[in-house]
Amino acid sequence: MTQTNVMLDPTGELSPAIRARLARPDSLAGKTVGLLDISKPRGDVFLDRLEERLTAMEVTVKRYRKPTFTRVAPTELKQQIAGEVDLVVEGLAD
Amino acid sequence: MTALPHGLIVIAKRDCPTCQLIEPLLADIDRRSGPLTVYSQDDPGFGSEVRDSHYDNSLEHSFRLNAEFVPTLIRMENGKEVERTYGWHREDWQRLTGLDDLGADLPLMRPGCGSKTLEPGVAEKLELKFGDTRLGARSIETDADDLIEACYERGWSDGLPVVPPTPERVLRMLKGTDRDPAEEVGLVPPDLAPCTVEKVAINAVMAGCKPEYMPVVLAALEAALTDEFGLHGLLCTTMFAGPMIIANGPVTKAIGMNSGGNALGQGNRANATIGRALQLIVRNVGGGRPGEIDRATLGTPGKYTFCFAEAEDSEWMPLAQERGIAAGRSAVTLFAAEGVQGIVDQKSRDPESLAKSFALALRAVDHPKMAMAGDAVLVVSPEHSRVFIEAGWSKARLLEELESLLKFPGEEMVAGAGGIAEGIPEQFRDKTVSKFRPGGLLIVRAGGTAGLFSAVIAGWAASGPVGSTSVTREVKV
Repeated sequence: MTQTNVMLDPTGELSPAIRARLARPDSLAGKTVGLLDISKPRGDVFLDRLEERLTAMEVTVKRYRKPTFTRVAPTELKQQIAGEVDLVVEGLAD
Repeated sequence: MTALPHGLIVIAKRDCPTCQLIEPLLADIDRRSGPLTVYSQDDPGFGSEVRDSHYDNSLEHSFRLNAEFVPTLIRMENGKEVERTYGWHREDWQRLTGLDDLGADLPLMRPGCGSKTLEPGVAEKLELKFGDTRLGARSIETDADDLIEACYERGWSDGLPVVPPTPERVLRMLKGTDRDPAEEVGLVPPDLAPCTVEKVAINAVMAGCKPEYMPVVLAALEAALTDEFGLHGLLCTTMFAGPMIIANGPVTKAIGMNSGGNALGQGNRANATIGRALQLIVRNVGGGRPGEIDRATLGTPGKYTFCFAEAEDSEWMPLAQERGIAAGRSAVTLFAAEGVQGIVDQKSRDPESLAKSFALALRAVDHPKMAMAGDAVLVVSPEHSRVFIEAGWSKARLLEELESLLKFPGEEMVAGAGGIAEGIPEQFRDKTVSKFRPGGLLIVRAGGTAGLFSAVIAGWAASGPVGSTSVTREVKV
């Protein structure tokens, strides 16, 4: 159950109330892309194909797998991914 | 909206014995002296014999009629209130209703009960719902299950958990000052963002302040925003310092500040949260954040919070009075402070020896070979101050002695002297050099009653007009 709460902004209100997404990279050249399998059936089929396509573009790919889709990723895994890649592709459904 | 009828209004609740006492009179008042409107705060059936009776479930009517007690009887004429009475006072009720025989068999007087509008936590909710709160800050809606975590994610925290600034809490905080929430206190660097009294209250909530701390937080912010204090440079510097607050006067006792044991340490809510509120304002309103424009090489734990009260003693003039505040008034002094360096002297029993100890320790401010750079606060503990007081030394006398002890031959201080490259310029070689600039050494008395220990709090090495000058402001309570 989620409930909407209101807080009053303590800041100088110089930036938007909703944080902008990080800017997309202009190109994947020289970047390392992580592919995170959340352990849902057939997610690997999609990610395998992505890896083929990215590798063909000479992008470095690293594969990761969550133990189960029913829980958030373990902290160690999140820290490992953050330390090793520039971008992550995560499959959210089967 | 509450209609403001012509006639009489009774606000009551079943839970109140005095309301129960007058309930049988209501139909009679309505018939003989009406029209009567009854608002019941708890029981829809209260006063049901009166045609115009209402269950004030939302308490909107009670709030708009500014009910403090129940029962409240109000007489309205032409949409304006002309008189009201609280509880049961037979003469008042007879006069307001114009019924000389009203409640003749009831006791002369019975006090009422508190209105439900004033129950804890209710007043702010009603004010937010129905009142004119004059709140202007942006509302941030979140469906986060943990508001403390949401505050972290938004970057509003100094690293420790903050109290989520809900509108109810902010409204309660604003009760600590008479000032208009929309009033601008000043522009907070580095962004020079306008800081209203409301923004101060929001950050004071997050810091954990009580509403009664607000006047001290406001005075501290006003002092910090003066040109002399130079907050912009202070929050940007690669050096250690941050704003420290020294409080004087009756407000320190009124709000329970610590000037005694562990005065410079943790554990006192007022000390901890007033200093923190100022730093959160710098961070959130001004945008002064470490790793961004705050370029401190090491910083100091005092940048979380650094605030304490002077242990005022009738024999030694309090800091605020030395700096022009009238006796009996409260004030804060802002000082650009580094950390605390202890002075352990358990053997000096005469003021001359102890003053020499202090001077030796003060020489280390910034670097023993630097002079006229950083100011300093000398915090003298009660056991040490007793040595001076018993020998008849005032604070001013101690300051004078220290100033003369803190003059050094330039040849010891210049760059290269003693085989140390650091030091003052060669041109001072043949001169006598004062460690501190005039007015750069402050003395306060604080600490627990046991311990022959005092402390040096070094100032920012850019003290004085070049950077930061300490500033004292009266606290208006």
